[in-house]
Amino acid sequence: MDFIRKWVQALFFLLTNGYWNFPVTRGIYQGPLKVICSPGLNCYSCPAATTFCPLGALQQLLGGIRLALGNGQMYMGLYVVSVMGIIGSFVGRMVCGWACPFGLFQELLHKIPSPKFGIWPFLRYLKYIFLLFMVILLPLFAIDAFSMGEPWFCKYFCPAGTLEAGLPLLIMQPGLRANLGVLFLNKIFWLLLFTGWAVVASRPFCRTACPLGAFYALFSKIKLVKLRLDSDRCTNCEACHPVCPMGVRFNESPDDMECISCLACSKACTVGAISLEVGGVSIAKQPVKAR
Amino acid sequence: MSKKRIKTEKQQIRRAPFIAIFLFFVLGAVAISFGEPSRVLEQATQICLSCIGIG
Repeated sequence: MDFIRKWVQALFFLLTNGYWNFPVTRGIYQGPLKVICSPGLNCYSCPAATTFCPLGALQQLLGGIRLALGNGQMYMGLYVVSVMGIIGSFVGRMVCGWACPFGLFQELLHKIPSPKFGIWPFLRYLKYIFLLFMVILLPLFAIDAFSMGEPWFCKYFCPAGTLEAGLPLLIMQPGLRANLGVLFLNKIFWLLLFTGWAVVASRPFCRTACPLGAFYALFSKIKLVKLRLDSDRCTNCEACHPVCPMGVRFNESPDDMECISCLACSKACTVGAISLEVGGVSIAKQPVKAR
Repeated sequence: MSKKRIKTEKQQIRRAPFIAIFLFFVLGAVAISFGEPSRVLEQATQICLSCIGIG
């Protein structure tokens, strides 16, 4: 199953970054596909991006909400929230495990041989603070003289934007290098921090800082597709604990908000107690493995 | 036996995801009626340099 997941991750990476003409145009894709939402974190200023990033779009809309409403335009981010909500209701954080390019990036980094460490569990709550403040409240209420808010998360933090958009654009357009300053150094710092951290810990950005993951996590109990624990079969052997890339103890909390449905626990379970379900109906029950 | 199993599975079907999906579809329809996708497209096709830490 992990082999299939890797192919799905690669497919989503290529679908959301399918504009390969950018070395010629030296700009970003500007076609109609950009009205489609990228399910994972994928900066729409990335030269290859063919879809829009829900976090970037939401911050931009919230930042410009006063101006839009003042002009009689009802642009309040409803379209972006609805798309994110539909994705969240269907699969929730399965997106993180199967369709997020930045999640794939971290997984590949974690394959680099090195000592591996865990992540303090309480750090998981940071991403909800990022979602509430940097994606919603600050763009909405910290406004300038023109009543415009800023995309705080993108501007001051997002390492995916630096990796996918900032650095490629600086390589392609040398004239932009004159504009670099403290702001960019700050962004480079966060990128280096999470890149290094991903080598020694599993998916640190997803677990501690991703507001998109935090939003999808809100659907963990109600999402259509999720993992199910058969408590009659489960022996509490804890084989699912060490294999989880998100630090979830599946037998203790099957609806954990951190679960990205990567199925690593299902593969590790020797008694077939973990299965995939759709809307409450089990569709892929694991057979009991011989011990 | 199979009828019994089908009945059990039907009883287990969760309604919450379907209600949530429906509500978000309605929200999306409202947003489309306001013309918001065109604004999203407009934003997504422009490079906001300060948004990516340049400038």
